[in-house]
Amino acid sequence: MGNNDYIIEMLNITKEFPGIKANDNVTLQLKKGEIHALLGENGAGKSTLMSILFGLYQPTSGMIKKNGKEVKINNPNDANALNIGMVHQHFKLVECFSVLDNIILGIEPTKGLFLSKKGARDKVVALSDKYGLKVDPDAIISDITVGMQQRTEILKMLYRDNEILIFDEPTAVLTPQEIEELMKIMKNLAKEGKSILFITHKLNEIMETADRCTILRKGKYIGTVDIKDTTKEELSKMMVGRNVNFKVDKQPAKPTETVLKIENMTVPSKMHKNNAVKNVSFNVRRGEIVCIAGIDGNGQTEFVHALTGLEKMTEGKIFFDGADITNASIRERSKSGISHIPEDRHKHGLVLDYTLEQNMVLQRYWDTEFQKGGFIKQGAVRAFAERLIDQYDVRSGQGPITIARSMSGGNQQKAIIAREIDKNPDLLVAVQPTRGLDVGAIEYIHSQLVAQRDKGKAVLLVSLELDEVMNVSDRILVMYEGEIVGQLYPDKTTVEELGLYMAGAKKDVVPAEMNS
Amino acid sequence: MKKKKVDLSSGALSVLASLICIAVGLIVGLIILYCINAEQAIDGFTRIVKGGFYLMPKGLGSVLAQTAPLIMTGLSVAFAFKTGLFNIGAAGQYTLGALGALYFALVLHAPWWLCLIAAMLFGAVWGAIPGLFKAYFNVNEVITAIMFNWIGLYAVNEIIYKGTIGDMYDMKTTKTYTIRSVSAGSVIPDLGLNSVFNTKSTTIAIFIAIAIAIIVYIVINKTTFGYELKACGHNKDAAKYAGINDKKNIVLSMTIAGALSGIGAGLYYLSGVAEWNPQVSTALPAMGFNGIPVALLALSNPIGVIFAALFVSHITVGGGYLPTKYFQPEIADVIIAVIIYLCAFVMLFKGFVVNMIASKRKNAADANAEKKTNDGKGAA
Repeated sequence: MGNNDYIIEMLNITKEFPGIKANDNVTLQLKKGEIHALLGENGAGKSTLMSILFGLYQPTSGMIKKNGKEVKINNPNDANALNIGMVHQHFKLVECFSVLDNIILGIEPTKGLFLSKKGARDKVVALSDKYGLKVDPDAIISDITVGMQQRTEILKMLYRDNEILIFDEPTAVLTPQEIEELMKIMKNLAKEGKSILFITHKLNEIMETADRCTILRKGKYIGTVDIKDTTKEELSKMMVGRNVNFKVDKQPAKPTETVLKIENMTVPSKMHKNNAVKNVSFNVRRGEIVCIAGIDGNGQTEFVHALTGLEKMTEGKIFFDGADITNASIRERSKSGISHIPEDRHKHGLVLDYTLEQNMVLQRYWDTEFQKGGFIKQGAVRAFAERLIDQYDVRSGQGPITIARSMSGGNQQKAIIAREIDKNPDLLVAVQPTRGLDVGAIEYIHSQLVAQRDKGKAVLLVSLELDEVMNVSDRILVMYEGEIVGQLYPDKTTVEELGLYMAGAKKDVVPAEMNS
Repeated sequence: MKKKKVDLSSGALSVLASLICIAVGLIVGLIILYCINAEQAIDGFTRIVKGGFYLMPKGLGSVLAQTAPLIMTGLSVAFAFKTGLFNIGAAGQYTLGALGALYFALVLHAPWWLCLIAAMLFGAVWGAIPGLFKAYFNVNEVITAIMFNWIGLYAVNEIIYKGTIGDMYDMKTTKTYTIRSVSAGSVIPDLGLNSVFNTKSTTIAIFIAIAIAIIVYIVINKTTFGYELKACGHNKDAAKYAGINDKKNIVLSMTIAGALSGIGAGLYYLSGVAEWNPQVSTALPAMGFNGIPVALLALSNPIGVIFAALFVSHITVGGGYLPTKYFQPEIADVIIAVIIYLCAFVMLFKGFVVNMIASKRKNAADANAEKKTNDGKGAA
């Protein structure tokens, strides 16, 4: 095979950070017009490799070639000049600008001192027609859905005539329908000759769209395979280094007494004048996993915040283990046996500038196990952190004294999960606990949730992932626009039916006393 | 082995970065001296660098006397920084602390330690006010603190002066009475230090300040209270999630910062370094504002504050020895200002040093790698 087949080659790339080799002799070759998936666990070095290609990092050694010629990419401008574009996991859009303004931002067409958007608009409309990227050029970013925002990002790349498109975990934020549409768009782009690099750890998506797949594990290059010659099982084995169990192993739930009882909860919204959570009532019992399913932004966040005490509710009551905790403080709720794996690990879950061990005791530092007379027992904290790191396999550069900020997302999440589960709570509130994690970690976290349930604890899972909802939960409550619109059982429903409830197309009058 | 190295050098790097700032600041100072008067520049520069040592032992004595209050205001600012607050009100808290100390000494003739506690409480109240506004009305502490600096200054002037009939006001000197002449028991004991340094104002204040710095270090780094404060400073949302009462911590942090500034004023006035002049004092005490550069230079480390304060006093005293025929003593302030300005770049310097060390290490590692090609365990 001649070199000319490849539009981009990253050869023998090594990137070292203090205490860690993020990429160790990695080679990635992208053919023109293919969809090439980059697969690996969290911390496998995918993002580092893409950041090198996009000019955000310089490799310690190795070279990058475009069309067979060596190139140096010192910053994103260089990358752009080489027609490399990237859709970041967290979009880089100006919220109060229109779609068109965002697309032309940085290369605004001008006539004298004034903007001339006419030509730009025509080009954008033509591009969106050509690739089926439906989006209104005059809509304001903050008003449109996440899917449309992503299409705006894609249009941004196309507007700049980028040939190599990097997608960093593009489906993490989308609804099932939007994912399907994105897959179609990506295939279209490839057909039109664009070359796509697709970072993900969702095997289904790779099997469906990609032509080839490169797998990284712990910074090392494992191999590149043709998708038509491989299976999901083989891919996951290459990624994790062992066989992965996709089906969550669990027996039917044996729920016992009610541990959490929510009556008519109403929570105001901070974004708009309406209530974010409207008159929600339900129970959770020991020994069951109840899942609140729904599309992002339907009141789940506010609901969890009100339940854990981060926000005030205007109406309703919460009973936990029979006691009224409606007005209890966050600390009191935590002490009484509620653990909370928060939705946003950087905002709530961790103090990023604290060390791993300091974060491990974030919910317990006041306990006599860790302090005496107001003085922190450093030795006890260290021993505790080391036990958790060991037991939950939290990987980091320097062990307990690693600064949390420097850890990979998956290991940060593992640290939070270790901390919250180790508290041995009666109720575990887990909000999107597997967001952005790889199959190995997901399998592990799911098994931990089931283990909690089997120990007779109650688990309240909030998830946007249909697979997770269907596989892990014993009972599903669908939340739509702040209301519970349906109660479903995973063994008696289908993904399609669940999708209809989530989209608001189907709605039951759910009895106030919902208890299986 | 590798882990330890990274860990050790991180503290050393901070010191190194601060030292680079000082060196560059001194060089700029030399250039300024050179521009003003080329012939005298080297002599003037030597005097500044020698600082208190220029006039032994008296000079050293006055460096120590000035360092004590500066440590306290430096700690005040550093403590608030740890909670993510900018205590620009150290000057006002210092002013109130001065009032507390002077009132208890000159009017009540209280023993020195009681005067010091009064200074602390007065300062604490003045620190608590911006804290309360911040916690409960979300008013930026910088704005409130600046306003309360001026309110404090003019209120204190008025209380002391009272149209010449104030109890503490000595019409002959137009300042407050000297504490030594009114209430000898209110002067902080010197335990013979004055005779050692041949001064009148070198007391054990410096030891009190150092002891408090160590206590602050322990509180910040070893206690649950310090853990909570820092958590609030780094990430308010995570602190809230952990059940930490952020409002309480904001108020407490500002109150303690105010108390530290107040003690600083107590240490200064109760040592008899100077008297308060209510008519001339239309500018806030520099000691209060100098706490900010001290805290910055020390990267908010309480132990670092001791050395940063020593250094700032050292060259300030040195600036006082400049021959006034050729130079203004404010040159020392210019040098300090340059150093402080560079402090903003301390992090940059730190990054620069880290990169240098990293590339050196890499070269060494490459050399090693050639010998030992098969070492894959580096990535953890």
